[in-house]
Amino acid sequence: MNARITLATAGRILRQLKSDHRTIALLIVVPCVLVGLLAWIYNDSPVPVFDRVGAALLGVFPAVVMFVVTSVATLRERTSGTLERLLTTPLGKGDFMFGYALAFGVMAIIQAVVATTFAVFVCGLDIAGPSWLLVVVALLDALLGTALGLLASGFARTEFQAVQFMPAFILPQFLLCGLLAPRSELPGGLKELSDVLPLSYAVDAMQEITRNADPLPLVWPELVIVSGFIVGSLVLGSLTLRRRTP
Amino acid sequence: MTNNAVEITNLRVIRGKRVVLPGLDVTIPAGQLVGLLGPSGGGKSTLMRAIVGVQVVESGTVTVLGEPAGNPSLRHRVGYLTQAPSVYADLSIRDNVAYFASVLCAPASAVDAAIADVDLTDHASALVGNLSGGQWSRASLACTLVGSPELLVLDEPTVGLDPVLRRDLWAIFRRLAASGRTVIVSSHVMDEATRCDRLLLIREGHLLADSSLADLLADTGAADAEEAFLTLIDRANAAGEGSAA
Repeated sequence: MNARITLATAGRILRQLKSDHRTIALLIVVPCVLVGLLAWIYNDSPVPVFDRVGAALLGVFPAVVMFVVTSVATLRERTSGTLERLLTTPLGKGDFMFGYALAFGVMAIIQAVVATTFAVFVCGLDIAGPSWLLVVVALLDALLGTALGLLASGFARTEFQAVQFMPAFILPQFLLCGLLAPRSELPGGLKELSDVLPLSYAVDAMQEITRNADPLPLVWPELVIVSGFIVGSLVLGSLTLRRRTP
Repeated sequence: MTNNAVEITNLRVIRGKRVVLPGLDVTIPAGQLVGLLGPSGGGKSTLMRAIVGVQVVESGTVTVLGEPAGNPSLRHRVGYLTQAPSVYADLSIRDNVAYFASVLCAPASAVDAAIADVDLTDHASALVGNLSGGQWSRASLACTLVGSPELLVLDEPTVGLDPVLRRDLWAIFRRLAASGRTVIVSSHVMDEATRCDRLLLIREGHLLADSSLADLLADTGAADAEEAFLTLIDRANAAGEGSAA
């Protein structure tokens, strides 16, 4: 790996995004619309449901969106031949993977700041912990989505397959992450399954921030686990990049 | 130090269930402009991929600039142009070339020079996706030229271009060879043979000829490269029937 090539790759990906205004708008506006919709649904609810699940959803959106965007973007590199070409150059596999993680990480920071600000100040999301921590967790969740997307794209041959990996990879994690039913109340087998899925820890972290005024001691172990999944996915993903192909 | 840019012995490549190269031996001296000619599907691209080191090979050795093909030390020294133009459609020509320049550790000054070489200076800030097919493939070529590699492996860089552009590109290839680089250019258009120092005619994975155009014409008594190629195919077929009988 070479820091200069990694940065050049991240810069190139951001430059590609810059010419695609609609994708940038979707990345930033869609999470706000969804958070707003959720706040509206529970507007007249006697119990503060939005306050309970709003933060967790702020963690789920970036993971989902970045998963889809990244898996399609890397698949495009594979099918257009640019990846094969890059792999004949001094570019390392790590430069490629971390270039993507870095570029989409920048987008994730923007997305997380805007969505969190919107949730707290416009939708009145009331959480016990500090809002900045929501942004940190949302950023890690976005990186998780990016890393899983890079990994998934290694198994997709067409864009149709890549897009369908979203329901295949992400929706089960969403069902089991503790939002629909607390993880401790899941039936035997499912609870253990949710223990090995990364999104569970992302949502746990968000829920600690929701409940505790000083959540940091409870949140950081969750974030370490999520980071482990990110690094693991990036490493596994880089194994799917082959310099020699049949 | 070897004087050969590429040395291939007994190269066997199988793609899917098809034997593309059954056992090829070929040597390409350094500093020449070499035309790799033959019909589509004859193994030209596979041979090029093997030289660049992106092809999984069944057996045989491929030595490039004194190193095994695909060796990390060759990544600065070998430039590869894929058949389909592999550049980013959503970036400008200059952004594409600048990105490959930084990946190849080329100086910033090389970017404009490479764009000028392929005659795209006037379009440098246009998005590649808005270009014509010929401009698109030239943008891709600029991304290879920018690293000024010692060996250029160019898969059909002139196919589909108009005669003036083809002449200009061949002039670039000639200039690169004159400066000591080795340039391997594939084409299925036989009249491009006249522009090469040396011809490799390949069909169904077999090398039918490895010589200069003049020697090839003298050997076959043909008037041009296409006729010489057909004569060689007839000879190969006759030999095949002879040995089968």
